[in-house]
Amino acid sequence: MSEKLVKLYALSTCIHCRHTKDFLNECGIKYDCVDVDTLQGEERQAMIDEVKRYNPNCTFPTILIGEKVIVGFRKDEIEEALKS
Amino acid sequence: MTAAELFEKLRPIQEAKGYFFNQDREGITLPLLESLLINKERYGYMVCPCRLASGDREKDKDIICPCIYREPDVAEYGSCYCGLYVSRDWNEGRIPHVPVPERRPPEKMFL
Repeated sequence: MSEKLVKLYALSTCIHCRHTKDFLNECGIKYDCVDVDTLQGEERQAMIDEVKRYNPNCTFPTILIGEKVIVGFRKDEIEEALKS
Repeated sequence: MTAAELFEKLRPIQEAKGYFFNQDREGITLPLLESLLINKERYGYMVCPCRLASGDREKDKDIICPCIYREPDVAEYGSCYCGLYVSRDWNEGRIPHVPVPERRPPEKMFL
């Protein structure tokens, strides 16, 4: 699998986010992860603004794989993006 | 209260209304009930574990579990947005399991 930058915006309480983390870990993918619900105040607002740049609805999980944005735990799309 | 206790307390009430807990008890239902208890601790009310709460009960009232989107989501997809509540058909595999898109209008989140 290619060495793309992978970033995951998640909620610590969300089960789909947890399954996304598990899947990336199983694939041995190195990724940045932010649990936005654990942030407070300005830091939280800044992160919301960052997520909105990629996913205006600001829903979770939001996953960046290189240039690709995937919203929701869509395993096949994630696999595809990691491979391409 | 533990997630297991919350499960026992809610199940008869919700099943009577036609909503069933996801049959993946260990992988989905109990973790989500645990998350509801965490959110109750954090915010004072059980806001949906799969949505970012504002912390303002009035703004979050549409996503306090069970959210107002559960009914249309279960009707259309057989599952609520986070997968905690599902239909009997969903649990018994008679309908496909697909990710449920967010029905909540985005502007509600940024009031």
